[in-house]
Amino acid sequence: MALKHVDAVVIGSGAGGGIVAKELACAGMKVVLLERGKWVKPSDCRKDDLRNQRTSVLGAPFGPDDERNPRVYVDLNGREHIVYPSRGAYHNNAMCVGGGTASYGAMAWRFMPQDFRMKSTYGPVEGSTLEDWPISYEDLEPYYEKAEWELGVSGDDSPNPFKGPRRKPLPMPPLPPNREYEILKPAALRLGLHPFDIPMLRNSVPYDGRPPCMRCRWCVGFACEVNAKNGTQNTVIPKALATGNCELRTECIAREIQLDARGKARAVVYYDANDRLQVQTADLIVVSCGAIESARLLLNSKSKLFPNGIGNNYDWVGRNLQGHTYAGAVGLLPFECYDDLGPGASIAVCDYNHGNPGLVGGAMLANEFIRLPYQFVQRVQAYVPKAWGKPFKDFMRLWYKRAIMVQGPVQEMPMWESRVQLDPKVKDHWGIPVARLSGRKHPHTLQVAEFIARKAEEWIREAGADPVFRRVPGPELSAGQHQAGTCRMGKDPKTSVVDPYCRVHDVENLYVVDASVHVTNGGFNPVLTIMAIAYRAAERMIRTHR
Amino acid sequence: MPRAKCWNRRRFLHSLLVAGPSAVSCRRTASRYRFLTDAEASTLAAICDQIIPADDFPSASQAGVVDFIDIQLTGPYRYLQRAYREGLLQIDREAQAQFGRRFAELSPAQQQAFLEEREKTEFFRMVRDHTLQGYYGDPRHGGNHDAISWRMLGIPNPPVRGRDHYELERS
Repeated sequence: MALKHVDAVVIGSGAGGGIVAKELACAGMKVVLLERGKWVKPSDCRKDDLRNQRTSVLGAPFGPDDERNPRVYVDLNGREHIVYPSRGAYHNNAMCVGGGTASYGAMAWRFMPQDFRMKSTYGPVEGSTLEDWPISYEDLEPYYEKAEWELGVSGDDSPNPFKGPRRKPLPMPPLPPNREYEILKPAALRLGLHPFDIPMLRNSVPYDGRPPCMRCRWCVGFACEVNAKNGTQNTVIPKALATGNCELRTECIAREIQLDARGKARAVVYYDANDRLQVQTADLIVVSCGAIESARLLLNSKSKLFPNGIGNNYDWVGRNLQGHTYAGAVGLLPFECYDDLGPGASIAVCDYNHGNPGLVGGAMLANEFIRLPYQFVQRVQAYVPKAWGKPFKDFMRLWYKRAIMVQGPVQEMPMWESRVQLDPKVKDHWGIPVARLSGRKHPHTLQVAEFIARKAEEWIREAGADPVFRRVPGPELSAGQHQAGTCRMGKDPKTSVVDPYCRVHDVENLYVVDASVHVTNGGFNPVLTIMAIAYRAAERMIRTHR
Repeated sequence: MPRAKCWNRRRFLHSLLVAGPSAVSCRRTASRYRFLTDAEASTLAAICDQIIPADDFPSASQAGVVDFIDIQLTGPYRYLQRAYREGLLQIDREAQAQFGRRFAELSPAQQQAFLEEREKTEFFRMVRDHTLQGYYGDPRHGGNHDAISWRMLGIPNPPVRGRDHYELERS
């Protein structure tokens, strides 16, 4: 029996898809929200320090499962590896209801105005596809506000002179400071920096019917036990379902998008939870699978009009894969800074996002989330030269409660060669060609990273840390949890995939709404920007398609 | 099917008669481990104890790291069974060739030097990672018995849900 035709199908229930589904449903449209993963509740991940979204060595509870969802990763030497969500260079985010927002650290950053005009601000960068966005911070500002108030953001960025203008303050005050905040703030001020409380998609007071954060130590990587962490799964998706206009179908993986004879998107072909093939027709289709999987879905949707995948007649789908290269420093304080108060990350500066002499862009710097013992091991392994033997055991005992860590998400120079393709051989459990990831970081990204690491070191040395180790990443491909760039937004169909409202060029009713559309990815966690873009795109969809 | 209790040999034999051979879930095999042989476990323990040696706190094997690795090798790490089997065999082979003895029989100094020469190998890095997981990870995974490493680090156990605040020192 054929599925009943609906007004819209949204593929993916993360930061982008959850918001679009809710906006369309509240506007009276009949929406099917397809989600490849499941609902993951706190009782599912059970505070497991080796099985969570951050440390997935024993499994990735926020999805996808290893057995059915391989990818192919091509390393810097050109060697292919089959990789799995819990291991290898899979570049996973999460695949579940809420996507990454169900388990993230929930930093809620607006990009800065310059982040939308990187090429105009700095000039072209040789070897990079650095470009301006076709929209500005001012275009997005009202939608940043909407995301902050509808999902709920706490914090206080009023001491930050570098931020773009805001009309309304944040809806919730910051969480009370932790010990690290009290240590880092005066040090930053002495250096002439402008520290402030990180905005977070996290309740600091009761909000929207849910309690405030209970300051536990299982934050980033876990589902929140008291539902104080705000993702799409506990805010907009329940609202969408409550309208009666939205049906959420979990464990449904899209195989391809079909076009009709006139080149209009007509249906999503997917496998349901019982592996049965289904065809859902709709007047409007929205792809929100994350930068890697959205590109993969478009590439797998071939037709006479688009022999290389929908929207890919100019070879831009899957290109410019980027994420955030983290650079920073860890140091030993002469006293304990461990206070067991989550989320841990509390204070940031934006002094180094832009205007760094001789450098393009930069990064926000902030202290790190609270670290469980093995999480701490994982983190310091990137910094210390030898993570074994008696010296490392001594290191752990000395450093665990006295280590202070500051780092930032370096804005990357996008690379044409860093990309998502379809693997010619490897298929997933459903027979769908898997994503094949290849590429590297631009050399200038590494230069910026080195600068940011030195600034992190300066800050923690000023706070009293000694010794200090810096971490500068290598040149391998970057994507991971902040993956972006693969369906670039632009005005020219020959050099972009979607228009300024996320509509795929040349397809009147197909949209991509996630970080795939980011031209550049700012020096900040990208989720609030994804949400703002989703509100703005949904508004356009309602005007055009309802 | 109820497990046959092995706490008494006579009861065990009796339960066999009563419930039939299919009731035998206690394995009276050569190894007390699920996957590793005793020989493999002893080599692995010696490697792990170079990765985390004993001082005033237990070594890796004393804290149950070999149990952790063994348990996970029949679970999420089952795809590494062959890597362990071959890797451990190779370590002993090379120790034999170089010193005429198995790895576990070398002196600590010899063991450390031996591993330092191999610290960039995939096998060593894997064992190192797993040792750290088994030592510092939650006891529920089979290692870190009695949460000894957490006591060593000075953090409270059992981990209270969040509200174990220390006095904030105002600077």
